[in-house]
Amino acid sequence: MTKKILICGNEALAEAAIRAGLDAYFGYPITPQNEIPAYMARRMPQEGRVFVQSESELAAINMVFGAAATGDRAMTTSSSPGISLMQEGISYLAGAQLPAVIANIMRGGPGLGNIGPSQSDYFQATRGGGHGDYRTIVLAPASVQELSDLTHLAFDLADLYRTPVLILSDGFSGQMMEPVDLDKRPPPRKLPPKDWALGGTNGRKQRIVRSLWLAEGRLEELNLELQAKYRQIEANEVLCEQHEIDDAEIVLVAYGITARIVRSAVRQARREGIRAGWIRPITLWPFPTDQISAAADEPRIFLTVEMSHGQMVDDVKLAVAGKAPVLFHGCAGGAVPSVEDVLEQIEKLTLPVA
Amino acid sequence: METVFARTESLKDCPTHYCPGCGHGIVHRLIAEVIDELDIAGRTIGIAPVGCAVLAYNYFDIDMVEVAHGRAPAVATGMKRLHPENIIFSYQGDGDLASIGAAEILHAVHRAERFTVIFINNAVYGMTQGQMAPTTLLNQVTATTPRGRNHDTDGYPMQVSEILAVLPGSIFIERCSVYNPAQVVKTRKAIKHAFELQIADAKGLSLVEVLSPCPTYWRMSPKQAMQWIETEMVRVFPLGRLKGE
Repeated sequence: MTKKILICGNEALAEAAIRAGLDAYFGYPITPQNEIPAYMARRMPQEGRVFVQSESELAAINMVFGAAATGDRAMTTSSSPGISLMQEGISYLAGAQLPAVIANIMRGGPGLGNIGPSQSDYFQATRGGGHGDYRTIVLAPASVQELSDLTHLAFDLADLYRTPVLILSDGFSGQMMEPVDLDKRPPPRKLPPKDWALGGTNGRKQRIVRSLWLAEGRLEELNLELQAKYRQIEANEVLCEQHEIDDAEIVLVAYGITARIVRSAVRQARREGIRAGWIRPITLWPFPTDQISAAADEPRIFLTVEMSHGQMVDDVKLAVAGKAPVLFHGCAGGAVPSVEDVLEQIEKLTLPVA
Repeated sequence: METVFARTESLKDCPTHYCPGCGHGIVHRLIAEVIDELDIAGRTIGIAPVGCAVLAYNYFDIDMVEVAHGRAPAVATGMKRLHPENIIFSYQGDGDLASIGAAEILHAVHRAERFTVIFINNAVYGMTQGQMAPTTLLNQVTATTPRGRNHDTDGYPMQVSEILAVLPGSIFIERCSVYNPAQVVKTRKAIKHAFELQIADAKGLSLVEVLSPCPTYWRMSPKQAMQWIETEMVRVFPLGRLKGE
């Protein structure tokens, strides 16, 4: 029998990172993810590994950059305003092709916002966020178990593709407690050696980690290299879950904690005789474009539900490519849609008007 | 036949892009000589700044990393904490270290991080064509102080060595210069001492501030620039060991 413990989402993420071989954690306090630095401060020294509370999120992401440059597994976590501060560092990680894991426990915004949950950083996460033509792999767990599973995956993908990976969690998921099997992990990937990592030449040729390329055409070359990498990721790493799509007249699309709410609403809708189904993207980048496009080949409508004023819905529209109506329901600023809210939307869109 | 003098091994045999009369060439050479002398090339990692020395990795023949503007002390922290056996140094200008990177250097010292910082103070922003630096002198004319730096609107020159010497986490702070051969020798000694402290795993940060010429943006000849350091800069930035034996 597998051993499960009751733990909150933030701590599950932290423990999973440690079990995935995290060498160093650097972070700055911000609600609603303070459980993570506190957990790391306690656990990392126990494992003989590095913990530093940095002076800012700006510093934290650069400490990660340093650790990544020497070939170590490094992570930082923050929440929306702090992730904004990290955008420069993430762009540098992408440009220098360094592996790193960054977790955003999203809260309400914009600006200082509040400490409630949100999904308002989807654009920031999936459209690069910082300057330049780059993408980060974005993983969206929808349970405490997935927070653990996807953290393991994040480190492997980061090392496999030499790229920063974002875990998109939220204030709700971070605080909620669910039973989790921390020993469970996805099948480990075969990872290439880090023959680019710095460590002192020790007789070998110099290695340089950089993102500035001034020589004629050289930066264009790097960008083509990055794009080729991103096409590979798109071809190989899409993760998506779907339920009762085949006969569905309405398909809901949602990720993270919102997908849990949608799942309950769909279950209730089916009981009412509405042919509803759902698609849950697990990788937000690469986005499950093919799966959603295939679903749009049958006559049905799509309803995207997010804790935002409509960000993932743009990707759903791109995937559907005009083959079906794509509608949106959401709320932001720390508000969470209720199952009743979502069910009401489903009913409005499907039941005949009296 | 015995070799009595050879090229500095840790410096690549190539021309640099620095202006005639720039101090970077001198300091790069001194650091490389010290690395050779202390036989640490194989385990040293250098951090290049954003500034004229951004391409320092084209000149030093050691593992190097180029980082975001001002973030070198944070990157160094990440590396040194994980690899205490490596000798880590950052090479930063006055914009990189004292302006955008002010928080990073302050906190690296505050945490008593164990790497070495070589701080090149030339009182101006060279790479971006001559704007005011935190270390620009009062009344000095720059691209953003066309009427001369006025403390009313532009603040005072920042004395980084004095500020960092106050913090318990700094263990060796010396300010030197390269305006004549005697000063160059003193600078080399200070750099060597800083690296020796790191090799001995001294529990704190070493910083060597080097007053360095920028003839181009001081609008002077190289000779005038060296003289300006000797007569004007040292009045605001006194030379000497501020901390440590």
